Amino acid sequence: MKYAVRTAKVIAATLGLAAIAAPALAQQGLDEPFQKPFKEALAGKTVAYVPVAMNFDLTEGWYAGMKKELEPLGVKFEIRDPNWNTNAGAQAVTSLISEKPAVMVIHNPDVQTYAKLLQRAENEGIYVIQINMGSAYRSSAFVGANWIEIGEKDTEAVVKACQGKSNKIAIVQGALSAAASAYTLKGVENVLAKHPEIKVVSSQAADWDAAKAKAITQTVLKQNPDLCGIVGFWDGMDIGTAAAVKEAGLTGKVFVATSGGGERKGACELVKSGAFDLNLSYDVPTQAAQMAGTIKWLLSSGAKAGSIKGSEYTTLIPITKENADSQTACWNLSDLKK
Amino acid sequence: MKRLRFNQQEIVFAVFAVLFLAFSIFLRGFLTPENMLTLLQNVAVLGILGLAMALVVIGRGIDISLIAALAVPPGLVLQMVQNGHSLPASLLTAVLLTIAFGLVNGWLIAYAEVPSLFATLATGLLLAGLGQAALFQLDVVQWSDGMKGFERLGQGTIAGIPTSIVMFAIACVVVAFLLRQTRWGAYIYAIGDNPYAARVTGIPSRPIIVLQYVVAALIGCFAGLVMAASVNSMPTRVFNSTLIYDVILVVVLGGIGLSGGRGGVLNVIIGTLLIGTMLNGMTIMDISYAGQNLVKGVVLLLAVITDSFLNPRNEETAQQGDI
Repeated sequence: MKYAVRTAKVIAATLGLAAIAAPALAQQGLDEPFQKPFKEALAGKTVAYVPVAMNFDLTEGWYAGMKKELEPLGVKFEIRDPNWNTNAGAQAVTSLISEKPAVMVIHNPDVQTYAKLLQRAENEGIYVIQINMGSAYRSSAFVGANWIEIGEKDTEAVVKACQGKSNKIAIVQGALSAAASAYTLKGVENVLAKHPEIKVVSSQAADWDAAKAKAITQTVLKQNPDLCGIVGFWDGMDIGTAAAVKEAGLTGKVFVATSGGGERKGACELVKSGAFDLNLSYDVPTQAAQMAGTIKWLLSSGAKAGSIKGSEYTTLIPITKENADSQTACWNLSDLKK
Repeated sequence: MKRLRFNQQEIVFAVFAVLFLAFSIFLRGFLTPENMLTLLQNVAVLGILGLAMALVVIGRGIDISLIAALAVPPGLVLQMVQNGHSLPASLLTAVLLTIAFGLVNGWLIAYAEVPSLFATLATGLLLAGLGQAALFQLDVVQWSDGMKGFERLGQGTIAGIPTSIVMFAIACVVVAFLLRQTRWGAYIYAIGDNPYAARVTGIPSRPIIVLQYVVAALIGCFAGLVMAASVNSMPTRVFNSTLIYDVILVVVLGGIGLSGGRGGVLNVIIGTLLIGTMLNGMTIMDISYAGQNLVKGVVLLLAVITDSFLNPRNEETAQQGDI
């Protein structure tokens, strides 16, 4: 028996050697049969990108990342910037449906507005990839953060930091109409349901606005100087939350947890300075790579739009004092744009 | 029998007093020195903007582009420093940009005679668009190391008083001086009261109007610097927010008639205090965002209605585009 195994191993090794040696001996290449159809499937195709707005770290990062992956393959990458205007966004999606790009990459401002349009687009044979903020319609792919998980993890961290302290926390929400904010709040509620000892002294929407977040936090801190933690919903807004904590001289005493795209200046630098204690990053370059990968896969698969549906939730990177200094925890927009 | 008549300033002050008293009695933690300072600190930037708006409204104009002046030049300072320029050079560039912007506004309104509402609506969009398209890499311009020390403009305290309140106080004194102690200030009142009469009496009304918009833009830029310093970044997207309505609310609520020629710094202070008290009380009570907007909307509506009763439009001098 033992002998037989050894013989088999010898044969296998010989065969392996032969396999490596054979082409070399023949001095001839082997055609890989799938790369040509792949290239053909992508060349000349149009991918349209409709973020809620350009000019902020997330959407700029996705844009740069996807462009870098797709343009060398001859994909035309188009952008429609509704600049925070939901109506303009819906119009852009509508006109795109008649222009028939191969793929639409959609960043939804809310759950409902685009839902019907996206369904129509897939019926027309356009693949729809929804990113970071999904809609009520499930399309070919969703690539993005799991907001419920973000709410849960941030709140768990705050609850942990509150152990043995006042158990008073505050919540700084984003804009009420945004799905990301509502989902995150659900995650917060999930954790709070398990911790009845935690008292929420304030839960207000700051409209993704740093100045408003600061004003609210200042007032809350004056009323509750023994506050032990704050759950913020976006690092771009929570700069204001952190500034209020710092001004009250409570940095380090009030645990500030937030989330964002992990851009170095907005995330790592602020964690290093002590402004944030935890920043859950949904690492934009990785997301962009996943988006590009999904586009490549869909286009080369030849599947009918809407016939397959899947999700790729982002693995979160918790940025804390421990890893804020590392090269890999955060990314630089300028590098991504190169 | 003598009829009792109040002017708007007195009404607003009475409302403020009642609200303040009610909050002090019923809201635990409202009437503490710390909360009072927070209250003022939270509305300091709004108050500074209110001063700029007051200047323009007294001269019978309106400056919708104020938020662009708040967002873009200070954002430019942060961006330039981030890109490695020195702080003084960046500040100078921003001030020059602001002055140029005020000049454009003023020229359009005084010489091209475009109604101020439309002129500033357009120029505000233009400046904000320019910022977004050409000046800033990202919506939120972050603080960088080169700005070290400058955050004191909006953070920390001076003699126990938060700096932003001190900045509001300084702006109040400067604007009060301009309006009450200089000839230029008197001209603004004259132009606001009756532009034609002012011109006939030999007041250089066009240059004064230009100056008015330049000063308003500069005050707006100053407010932006205080704001950026206080949150360690410049969220330039603030241009898309409803801040401008809050500014108009402060001015109208304080009793500066939109038909021009009336009011002063005191009105802005009263308007700011009322807004501050409202916002602070509602935050302590943890009222929802929608509820807060509802309350603000109702108060603005009441203020505008009161304003049109107490300061009726002057049929002889009113023109299209006036509000």
